[in-house]
Amino acid sequence: MAKRIEVSDLNVYYGKFQAVKDVALTVEPRSVTAFIGPSGCGKSTVLRTLNRMHEVIPGAYCTGSVLLDGADLYADGVDPVAVRRLVGMVFQRPNPFPAMSIYDNVVAGLRLNGVRDKGVLDEAAERSLRAANLWTEVKDRLGRAGVGLSGGQQQRLCIARAIAVSPEVLLMDEPCSALDPISTLAIEDLIQQLKDEYTVVIVTHNMQQAARVSDQTAFFNLEAAGQPGQLVEMDATEKIFSNPSVKATEDYITGRFG
Amino acid sequence: MSGPGTLNLQRPTGRRTFVDVTMRVLAWLAAGIAIVPLVWILYTVISRGAPLLFTAEPDYTRVCTIADRPADKSEAAFQRVTESDCTGANPDASYRWVVGGSYVAVGENLRADTNSVSRDPSGRAGTVVGMPGSEGAGSIRTPSLQWWTTDLGATPDQVPGGGVKHALIGTLWIGLISSVIAVPLGILGAVYLVEYARGKRSAKVVSFLVDILTGVPSIVAALFVYAVLITTLGWSRSTLAAGLALVLLMLPTVLRSTEEMLKLVPDSLREASYALGVPKWKTILSVVVPTAFKGIATGVVLGMARVMGETAPLLILLNYARNTNWSPLSNTMGSLPTMIANAANLPQSYPGADRGWGAALTLILLVMGLNLLARWIGRSGKLKER
Amino acid sequence: MTDIQDPTRVQLPPPNKRPDAAFFGASAGAGFIIAALVAFIGIFLLVTAIPSLRKNTVNFLTSTQWQVGEGDLAFGIAGMLWTTALSSVVAMVLAVPISVGVALLITQYAPRVLGNTVGFLVDLLAAVPSVVYGLWGAAILAPAVQPFAQWLQDNLGWFPLFAPGLASSGSVFVASIVLAIMIIPIVTAISRDVFEQTPRDHIEAALALGATKWEVVQTAVLPYGRSGVIAASMLGLGRALGETIAVMLILSTTNDTSINFSLFAGGETFASKIANNAAEFDSATKTGAYVAAGLVLFVVTFAVNAVARVIAAGGKARS
Repeated sequence: MAKRIEVSDLNVYYGKFQAVKDVALTVEPRSVTAFIGPSGCGKSTVLRTLNRMHEVIPGAYCTGSVLLDGADLYADGVDPVAVRRLVGMVFQRPNPFPAMSIYDNVVAGLRLNGVRDKGVLDEAAERSLRAANLWTEVKDRLGRAGVGLSGGQQQRLCIARAIAVSPEVLLMDEPCSALDPISTLAIEDLIQQLKDEYTVVIVTHNMQQAARVSDQTAFFNLEAAGQPGQLVEMDATEKIFSNPSVKATEDYITGRFG
Repeated sequence: MSGPGTLNLQRPTGRRTFVDVTMRVLAWLAAGIAIVPLVWILYTVISRGAPLLFTAEPDYTRVCTIADRPADKSEAAFQRVTESDCTGANPDASYRWVVGGSYVAVGENLRADTNSVSRDPSGRAGTVVGMPGSEGAGSIRTPSLQWWTTDLGATPDQVPGGGVKHALIGTLWIGLISSVIAVPLGILGAVYLVEYARGKRSAKVVSFLVDILTGVPSIVAALFVYAVLITTLGWSRSTLAAGLALVLLMLPTVLRSTEEMLKLVPDSLREASYALGVPKWKTILSVVVPTAFKGIATGVVLGMARVMGETAPLLILLNYARNTNWSPLSNTMGSLPTMIANAANLPQSYPGADRGWGAALTLILLVMGLNLLARWIGRSGKLKER
Repeated sequence: MTDIQDPTRVQLPPPNKRPDAAFFGASAGAGFIIAALVAFIGIFLLVTAIPSLRKNTVNFLTSTQWQVGEGDLAFGIAGMLWTTALSSVVAMVLAVPISVGVALLITQYAPRVLGNTVGFLVDLLAAVPSVVYGLWGAAILAPAVQPFAQWLQDNLGWFPLFAPGLASSGSVFVASIVLAIMIIPIVTAISRDVFEQTPRDHIEAALALGATKWEVVQTAVLPYGRSGVIAASMLGLGRALGETIAVMLILSTTNDTSINFSLFAGGETFASKIANNAAEFDSATKTGAYVAAGLVLFVVTFAVNAVARVIAAGGKARS
């Protein structure tokens, strides 16, 4: 199920503005990789290039290559829609579809991709909700609106929705930043479980969270405002948080950073 | 006034308070003035029109006639009189039963020989001066759905009876024809503006032209369709042509309300859908449009209400017919607005004038019903939140 | 090379662009059709009107004659332009103060529930079809205001607007009142929206200075909403200019087509003239003459609406 991601020579532009410069990194399968760094350093931008979601933003484009198990996501003739089926994404704010029930939200990806078989959908809904630790809470009200759940439940619903289409990789863009501490804990537990099956990449502003959930950590920084963001270093999480090899990383994680 | 060293916590006095109170009164007065016509119109339409909607005229009515009264079209001759005016002192006054309900017009001459409507059992000629309606079984209106099931084909303006079937068919055809074209076109246009061309030059151009369309008077839209279809292409007038003119009036309503609603759909939902590997067209059809559905439906219903109440294009592009006609391609067709417009020119004592008010009430019920439906759609939720 | 045992290879199929392209085509096509329609309206009206305008023997803009018979084409719009402008402007003058009053009442004075009720009732005015306004105006309102109209003519008849006119009640005066009632909901709704958006700080700043309610309205609400109210009035005017059936049912037509300054005269507006004579559209030249009048109406309403939009945009940019 899980796949390795290899990024090399990645440059991302928003129109004329270069947002990210010369990023190269490798994300191991069945692991959790955290992207940390100050605001505007391009970590979310890099995350979005992993499933070509940056193309949704008008004027955004990138150069370089992103290989998913050796297959280039940016090769000629590759359909971004197909890429996103393989690489799922969870967003900063929970965004269940308001016009759909809990059940319809979970199976939305399958249904929209043409799955009609009720048995398959039911099975996928239960499997995904169980995997997202939400099944016991919602199994009696699957027909209710998804937006009626609490913030933490909504975010787990969105995770269930993302894994219902059986992606190879799961990208999470600050998934806990809009949640309270208890819900955050529930999501962090969930991330730990998810790495048994999926390759997870998470962007976070919360360094304790990165330390708690990730195996690998990548630190992004930018030299000055208006400059493109760069990958400073990437290593095992333990190493980054105990003995980083670059001074900027140490400054950032110890809070000595501007 | 307060002395030195004390605070003045009184209300401001004099001119300031006077102006403040005056303005408050004026604001309430304005609301009163604005609401008076609504109440007045609704009262008139309901009091004149409501009896027609669910009852039918009696076959006979008891009328009071005065034999030597000259046929007179003056206002006085049309005054309804009370029963007491017709009895006692006046030797020429008498009651009689006439065919055709209470709408044998006051002031009309009754003759035994020729007028089938007011055939006089007693054989005595005279002029109707009053129709005391309180007595006799014949003067009581009986419950009936005649209004909805008959047309005016066999019922001239001077004769009671008939209904709006022909006009309802026309109005519903017109609503249907314009919706079938304007709704998909308007929604697709809005999708183009919001989902594909947002921020681009083409969106600005289209948006500007839609603004112009919003301000086009209905009579100009009708002239345009006349110039194209009838003068240039040689069609004849028809319900279809009228419906096409009304498309021009419905389009901007549907497009603008859809556009507003699509803009309110957060981008995060589109991104969530893309991240599930759903192509753009499916995202729009299955996620964006359903999320905005309530607002779009509201706009569609309001647009339908607008076109069903429009009159001007019907005057130009359609010949009014009193007969039931189901075909939208035929060049005559009834409709509620044109039925009202035709009745407006009749003397108010004619049964046809009362039918005008009945048609007005029917149209108001239809249009206000659609408006309330739109409000209800706007408020109701499809799914329970908890 | 890869250290996981999953045998499935990553497969990246080429995009299936067809449905996407088809849907884009449909929506862009709709946008294009709508745009083309609007352009077409102007072009077609012009093309239909030009042959008749060529054969016209009098000045189209300044003549008050209207003869469109075969071989004797002499038509001008001055009379209609006057009646249209007079009825619409008077309607606007009547409607705007009332609408602003109602909008202030709803947003500033009345308790919420009452304000919403008043707002709902005024909105209902917009749901009454114009043909019903026409019927009511001609049959009920006109006789009811006739004594007042007579009084104005008797006592203020020296003033050109109030000069004695028709004996019957189908005058511009009645038409203006009905048009005013019809545009009240439009002007009220927009004014209400702009007044509601008055920044809380402005109101509180005025209150903190010890202002009475009216002074708050005067210093904070009205200046903020001024451009919105002007734009709303122009939109209402645009609506009144093009109104057809209500005016047609109310106004008595006269054979004398020269300009009569009195409010109590009859006459015809662009729209009512066209609608009154719809049965006459039997030859291309006749139709062309009426289409030419319609074209003027189109241009005038466009100009009025454009002014409204510019004012509204200007107000938005400033605030």
